[in-house]
Amino acid sequence: MDLTWSESEQAFREECRTWLSSHVPSAALPSGDTREGFSVHVEWERELHADRWAVVSWPEAYGGRAASLWEWLIFEEEYYRAGAPQRVTQNGIFLLAPTIFEFGTPAQQDHYLPRMSAAEDLWCQGWSEPNAGSDLAGITSRAVRDDAAGGWRLSGQKTWTTRGAFCTHLFGLFRTDGDAERHRGLTYFLVPLDAEGVTVRGFGRLDGDEGFAEVFLDEVLVPDNPAEDAASDAATASMSRGGTLGGIDQGWGVAMATTTSERGLTLRSPGRFRATATRLVDLAKELDASGRLTERLADRVVDAWIDAEAYALYTLGDVTGIVEGRSPGARSSYNKVFWSELDIRLHRAALDLLGADAEIDGPWMRGYEFALSGPIYAGTNEIQRNIIAERVLGLPRK
Amino acid sequence: MRFALTEDQIDFRDAVRGLLADTCPPEAVRAAWREQVGEVPGGGDGRVRAAWDALAEMGVLGVMVPESAGGLGMGDEDIVALLVECGRVALPDPISSTAYVATGLLRDHVAGDEAAGLLGRIAAGTATVLVGFPGSAHLPAAATADVFLMCDRGEVHLLDRSGVELTEVISVDGARALGTATWEPSDATVLVGGEAGSIAVTRAFDRAALGVAAQLVGLGQRMLDMTVAYASDRRQFGVPIGTFQAVKHQLADASLAVAFAEPLVLRAASSLATGDPDGPVHVSMAKARASEAALAAAAASLQCHGAIGYTVEYDLHLFLKRAWALAARYGDADFHRDRIRSVLLA
Repeated sequence: MDLTWSESEQAFREECRTWLSSHVPSAALPSGDTREGFSVHVEWERELHADRWAVVSWPEAYGGRAASLWEWLIFEEEYYRAGAPQRVTQNGIFLLAPTIFEFGTPAQQDHYLPRMSAAEDLWCQGWSEPNAGSDLAGITSRAVRDDAAGGWRLSGQKTWTTRGAFCTHLFGLFRTDGDAERHRGLTYFLVPLDAEGVTVRGFGRLDGDEGFAEVFLDEVLVPDNPAEDAASDAATASMSRGGTLGGIDQGWGVAMATTTSERGLTLRSPGRFRATATRLVDLAKELDASGRLTERLADRVVDAWIDAEAYALYTLGDVTGIVEGRSPGARSSYNKVFWSELDIRLHRAALDLLGADAEIDGPWMRGYEFALSGPIYAGTNEIQRNIIAERVLGLPRK
Repeated sequence: MRFALTEDQIDFRDAVRGLLADTCPPEAVRAAWREQVGEVPGGGDGRVRAAWDALAEMGVLGVMVPESAGGLGMGDEDIVALLVECGRVALPDPISSTAYVATGLLRDHVAGDEAAGLLGRIAAGTATVLVGFPGSAHLPAAATADVFLMCDRGEVHLLDRSGVELTEVISVDGARALGTATWEPSDATVLVGGEAGSIAVTRAFDRAALGVAAQLVGLGQRMLDMTVAYASDRRQFGVPIGTFQAVKHQLADASLAVAFAEPLVLRAASSLATGDPDGPVHVSMAKARASEAALAAAAASLQCHGAIGYTVEYDLHLFLKRAWALAARYGDADFHRDRIRSVLLA
């Protein structure tokens, strides 16, 4: 074990900290899950991109710094420590991008990734449908072959699509073979939301923001991926109208690669929870100074702090494994259950410290409302516990 | 940055796991119950003694002992990884006390031939050494111990068996072979005193808590393994009970607790090895979570076994009772939360 950072990693941390300290807005931005706040956040994303901080672990050609996974963790720690804005690009850069790196053609990588890191294309995730939430394989949105047009016609409805009303593109699963068994016959599509036949309707979430959307598709044409030897102008024109990732009828396996990212490391780095735990401890100290900190509340603060530490350490173990070629696999469900429930405990403890003032609009109540979505999105924690029981512990499915 | 055991540590751990599976099966732990006080550590029919000898032969008892005294000259991380394995088989004490706490104390805080001689005997498996702390009057495997290192008011005292008066105490875990030691501190018994004494006592207590935390992680993993195997096999309503979500989720929750306790234990070992000033807080985090995780695993395991788990014929109770005993040893979760709080909210 070596729990120290190298000189170059420390220098990287210093560089992160310096840049953030002179760029992070001093006043909190309006919520990125509102129309007005979203555009302010996109400006922030472009500021990050201009100095190559948007996607530090990506290759330089796509706007990154080719940072190691360790350096990415350091960046995340510094980012949340600095109280920097939420990442409204996260569904693209943390969920779709790993899939493009793994399954995209070189042409797709060259086309989509730079536009994503520059916050020109803003991606939302089109998985859930009115009748397919936890049971993702139950989706019924379909893609029908249109040989004359040289592509697929997508029809159906996606819902609970985060920031769907503000994004420019959607990635999602559609049924390309209606006769196949549920998990087969699905294809992973990339769809521009300004395509003909797409209707997006935003609606309010629990926190009141218009952070959700329904996306209706009515025979939306998505062209076939361009041939490898296609002229670059023609290929670019085609890809700007969408495409498929990872092969027709192969969508389930492609999507599962994304869910591993979503549940585990990339979506929720430990930096965010450590930063929240630090703020919680500061709040507790304020109360303690005025003699209002009870034993019970102090215990909960200590517990939340320990858990933030445990999550950070668990993640260091994950990263060590990944760097050495061991995939966390189904164990990413441990991360997902742990961070999502930790986030609620952190915020709930803060609200209880605030007492009757907790209901007054402020960062802790907003954070709490957001934290409550954690055990629901990215696969409900009930599903995660099934995965842990069956695929980590080895209990029988049936 | 690298947060994982090394390949060598994993190989050693796997070898020890295999050795303990062979030499310390549940029947050996059960045998230690039948005769609590005997000639050998943990008493019993000699099987635990045989396991002890095998551990000495493999070098486990001397992991922390300097090479010059016949040991392997390794550190906290190495022994802690192996104590997880000792917990997994519910090896009757005093492995942690002897091979970790006493060894660390003698190695780091005592110079001279007497300490070197005792370290050599520990590595060879010919001396068991207990470390006593104020407030933890009961000592495991007390009647068979050779040497007692008793901590008192910031001093460490060394006594041999004739220097302490032992009274047998019955534990819920019959393999613990508990006894209380009555003894009189004197100038002649002081091994480490003065400023060095209080440092030595604090360090020894941290190691005692961490050694037990490591065993609790192993116990938790073992109870869950047993329960997963049972729930996969036991059929009710025509299907294995492990297919029921109510069973799955209980075991998933307990395994989560164990999975997130383990890195805290490994980190604390690293902190003690490197002399990190936050070491004591890291130990408290580890012990708090390991205690809770083992108790959670015990509760879920008993419930998911149903009535068979509530019998003494079935092996589960050997592990449950060890977990109950060790969860409170050297500070329960509340004790360690308080210790963290005094630093965190200071």
